[in-house]
Amino acid sequence: MATESVTPGRRDSMGLSGATLPRWGIPAVIVATILLTAALVAWTPIQGTAGTVLTAAVTYLVLQTVASSVVEGRRRATDRFVTSLIVTAFVVGVAPLVSVLWTVVENGLELINQEFLTHSLRNIGPTETGGGIYHGIIGTLEQALMTSLISIPIALLVAVYLVEYGGGKRLARYVTFFVDVMTGIPSIVAGLFIFTVWILIFGFQRAGFPACLALAILMIPTVVRSTEEILRLVPNDLREASFALGVPRWRTILKVVVPTGLPGIVTGVMLGVARVIGETAPLLLLVGFTTNINWNLFSGPQATLPTIIYDQASRPSDAAVARAWGAALVLIIIVMILNFIARAIAGLTRVR
Amino acid sequence: MSTEPGRRPPTEVLSPQGQATLAAPVGPVLAGEKSTRRGDRIFSGLATGASVLLLVIIVLIALFLFWKAIPAFQANTVNFITEKNWFPDSTPSVWGIAAVAWGTVLSSILALIMSVPVAVGIALFIAHYAPRRMASGLGYVVDLLAAVPSVVYGLWGLYYLVPHMVGLTNYLADHFGWFPLFYVGPDGTTARRTMFNASVVLAVMILPIVAAVSREVFLQVPTSHIEGALALGATRWETMRMAVLPFGRSGVISASMLGLGRALGETIAIAMVLSTSYVVSLHILEPGGNTIAANIALQYGFAQSIGISALIASGLVLFFITLIVNMTARWIIGRRAAFSGAN
Amino acid sequence: MGKRIDANDVNIYYGSFLAVEGVSMTIEPNSVTAFIGPSGCGKSTFLRALNRLHEVIPGAYVRGMITLNNEDIYGNTVDPVNVRRTIGMVFQRPNPFPTMSIYDNVVAGFKLKGRSRKSEMDAIVERSLRGANLWDEVKDRLDKPGSGLSGGQQQRLCIARAIAVQPEVLLMDEPCSALDPISTLAIEDLVQDLKERYTIVIVTHNMQQAARVSDRTGFFNLQATGKPGHLIEMDDTTKIFSNPKEKATEDYISGRFG
Repeated sequence: MATESVTPGRRDSMGLSGATLPRWGIPAVIVATILLTAALVAWTPIQGTAGTVLTAAVTYLVLQTVASSVVEGRRRATDRFVTSLIVTAFVVGVAPLVSVLWTVVENGLELINQEFLTHSLRNIGPTETGGGIYHGIIGTLEQALMTSLISIPIALLVAVYLVEYGGGKRLARYVTFFVDVMTGIPSIVAGLFIFTVWILIFGFQRAGFPACLALAILMIPTVVRSTEEILRLVPNDLREASFALGVPRWRTILKVVVPTGLPGIVTGVMLGVARVIGETAPLLLLVGFTTNINWNLFSGPQATLPTIIYDQASRPSDAAVARAWGAALVLIIIVMILNFIARAIAGLTRVR
Repeated sequence: MSTEPGRRPPTEVLSPQGQATLAAPVGPVLAGEKSTRRGDRIFSGLATGASVLLLVIIVLIALFLFWKAIPAFQANTVNFITEKNWFPDSTPSVWGIAAVAWGTVLSSILALIMSVPVAVGIALFIAHYAPRRMASGLGYVVDLLAAVPSVVYGLWGLYYLVPHMVGLTNYLADHFGWFPLFYVGPDGTTARRTMFNASVVLAVMILPIVAAVSREVFLQVPTSHIEGALALGATRWETMRMAVLPFGRSGVISASMLGLGRALGETIAIAMVLSTSYVVSLHILEPGGNTIAANIALQYGFAQSIGISALIASGLVLFFITLIVNMTARWIIGRRAAFSGAN
Repeated sequence: MGKRIDANDVNIYYGSFLAVEGVSMTIEPNSVTAFIGPSGCGKSTFLRALNRLHEVIPGAYVRGMITLNNEDIYGNTVDPVNVRRTIGMVFQRPNPFPTMSIYDNVVAGFKLKGRSRKSEMDAIVERSLRGANLWDEVKDRLDKPGSGLSGGQQQRLCIARAIAVQPEVLLMDEPCSALDPISTLAIEDLVQDLKERYTIVIVTHNMQQAARVSDRTGFFNLQATGKPGHLIEMDDTTKIFSNPKEKATEDYISGRFG
C-alpha cells in the first residue's frame, strides 16, 4: 500500500493544550458590557428598557466573541457565539409566553371570588362591576362533555380500523393521510361547515349542540392519531394469545387491546378536549352569545368562556376587560388541569 | 391446550422477536363461528364506516362550502380574486378576496419569519444545550404553553403587547421607514392595532408548536451520530452542524409548516388585535389590513344572505390554502407511527 | 506518527458510581493493544476515557492520570476538542453521517480546521480511503450517500474518516461486532496496516480476534455486578494466551466464564 506524504502545515502541531479564557474571562466581559452599555445609553439616542437590553445583548455578544477569538481561536469563539445566540433565542422565545401567563394571572386573579364563579352576567351592564362567568363555565363544560361524547366513539373506531383492520388497504392509506390533514383544518372552517349544514341547509337555530359538532370535527383527528399510536404500542403477543384462545377479533380488541392501551387513550382524549374548549371561532358562528345561564345544549344561545372573553374584551370599559381577564384565567386553569392530568396519566402508566 | 372437536390445534410459529407464539387457528371453526363472524363483521363494519365517515366529512366540507358560496359568486359584479373591497350585500354586489387573502398570507409569513428561528433556538437549547435535569422540565413547559387558547393570546395581545410595542414600532418607522414594510405615511405616526402587531401575536402563538415538534426531532438524532462527530474533535456547535441539524432539517420544515397552517387559520387573535380594513398594503406599521378568518368572524353578524355566501366563499379559499400547506407538511415528515416491535 | 499512552491509577465514575478502578498501563506507540474481558467489565468505559468521550455523559468524570507522550490529556488547559482530534475513535456500529456523501463523510472532520482547496481535499480523501482499504471500491461513487454502503464498507468509511484528521492514536470499540466474517477479516488486516502509522487500541469480545490482531492484551474483569472493573493483567498477547499469570485470566481465556 503506497503511503503518500503528509501535507505539511495542516497538522495540529499545537499539541493538546489550547489557550482558554481564564476563569475571570467571562465575568470581565460582563463587566465590560455593563460599562459600555451604560456609556452608550448615556451618550447616544438609545433609550428605553428594550433599547438598553438590546444594546447590552449585542455588546456582550461582540465583546465575548472578540475576546474568545483573540485568546481561544476561531472555532472556540464560534462555539461560544452560537451558544450565546441559542440561549438568547431561548430567552426571547420564552419571555412572551411567560408574559402571557403572567398577565393573565396578574390581572385575572383579583376577579376570582365566589360571586364570579357562581353568577352570570344577567342584568349586569357592560360598564358595571359584579356578576360572574358561571354561565360560561356551564356552557364550556357541557359542550366539552358533548363534544367528547360525539368524538370519542368515532375516533376510537377509526383508530381501531387503522390499526386492527386496515392493514395495507387503500382505504386505510387515504384515511391515514387525511386524518393528518384534518388536524390542520382551521376552526373557522369547521364552524362554517356546520353552519352551512345546520343553519343553512337544515334551517335549525343556533345552539350549543351544533358547536359541539364543529368542535368534534376538530377533536376527532387529534384523538385518532394519539389513539392509533397507543394501539400500535400494544404488543402483538397479546392479540395472538387471545386469538389462540378462540376469542374473535372484535372481542379481542374490546376486551384486550383497548383496555391495555386505556391510559394512553385517556391521555389523548384529554389533550384533545383541552385543545377544543379554547376554540372560539366556531362558537361565534354557531352558539351566539347570551348573558344568561342556559343549561340546554339544544336550544337557545349559550355562553362559553371563550365567547365571554371575546365579548368582554371588546367593550371599552375597565369592568368588562377585567372580567375578560378573570374568564381567561379560569379557562387557562381548566386547560392546564386537563393537560396536567393527561400527561400525568401518560407518565405514570406506559404500555410496556 | 385441549383440542375441541372441529378445532385444529394452534400451530407454533416464531414471532418477529423470535419467540415461539401461538398463531390463530386457520380454517373453519365449528361452534359459535357464525356469531363471532357476525360480531366481527359488525364491528369491522363499524370501524370501517367511521373511517369512511371521516373521508366523507372532508369531501362534504369542500362540497357544501362550494355549494353555498355559489350565490355570492353569481351576484358578484367584479372579479373576486382581484377585488379588495367587501360589499357583497349592497347593490351592485362588490366583493373580493384580494385584501383578506393578502392579509392572511402576509401576517402568516411574517409570523413564520419571526418565530421559526427563535423556535429552532428553543428546540436546540432544550435538546442539546440545557443541563439535562432542566431539559425535560423545560420541554414539558413548552408543551403546556402550546395549549393556551388563542382567545387568551388575543386578549394579551390587545391589552398588553400592543401598548408595549409603541416604542419599537416608532423606532422602526423612524429609522427604517425607507424600507417598504416599515414605511408610515402620511404623517409618520405609527398606529397601534396594526398588521405588524397582529403578526407578532401570531408569532408568539405558533412558537410553542414549532418549538415542540422541532425539539422532538432534535432529540431523536441517534447518539451514534453525535458521538461520531465528537470523536472527530468537533465543538458543540460543529456537532450540531454536522449531526443534529442535517438530521432534523425535514422535521423543522414540517414543524414550520404546521405553524404556518395554524397561523393561516387563526381567527380570534387577529380579530381582537387588528383594526381591520380592506387594503392590500406592505405597510404593516400603518393601520388596516384583514385576514380571511378574522373577516368571517367580524362580518358575520352584519351579513345578509349574499354576504354570508361570500364569507363562505372566502372560507373555502382558506380551507384549500391550509389543506395544501398541511398536506405538504405531512408529506415531508412522512408518517410517524409508533413501531415498537408490536406490528 | 503514533504516540504512547500512559495511564496511572485511573478511576472512572458515572455520577457517584465507580465503574472502573485503579487502572494503570502503558500503551506503546505504533502497536496494537487489545482489551478483552466479559461484558460490563469496563473496557469500553476505559477506552472512552482515553479520548475524553466519557465525560460527555452528564455526571460522568475521570480521576487519575492519562498522558499522551507525557502530556496530560485531562490537564487544566487542555481542550477536549483537541484531544479527540488527536485520539480518534471508531464505534461498534458504523455511523457514517447519513445526509453526507462518501466524500463529505471522509473530510467531515478534516474540514473543521478550516477551508482547504479542493485539490488538497481530494488528496486527503484518496489518501484516507486508501489507508482504509476502501478506495478502489468507492472511487467512482464518492458523491453517493455514505449510508448506501455495506456494513463492512461503512465501517471502513468510518475508519477513513477517523484517519483523515491524522490522529496519533486510533481507538476501536468492538469495530467488528456488527459485521460479517469477511468484513471482519478485512478490518483485521487493515488494523495490521494501520499500526505502522498509528497507535491502536481495540476493545473486543472476541478473544481469537485479540489473539490474531494485537501485540499486547489487557484483560479486564470485575468481581461481581455492581462492583468496579479492574485491569487484571496486561502483557504481550502471546504470553496472555499461552501462559497468563492470573488465574482469572486463565479462566476467561479457557472459556470457564465470560
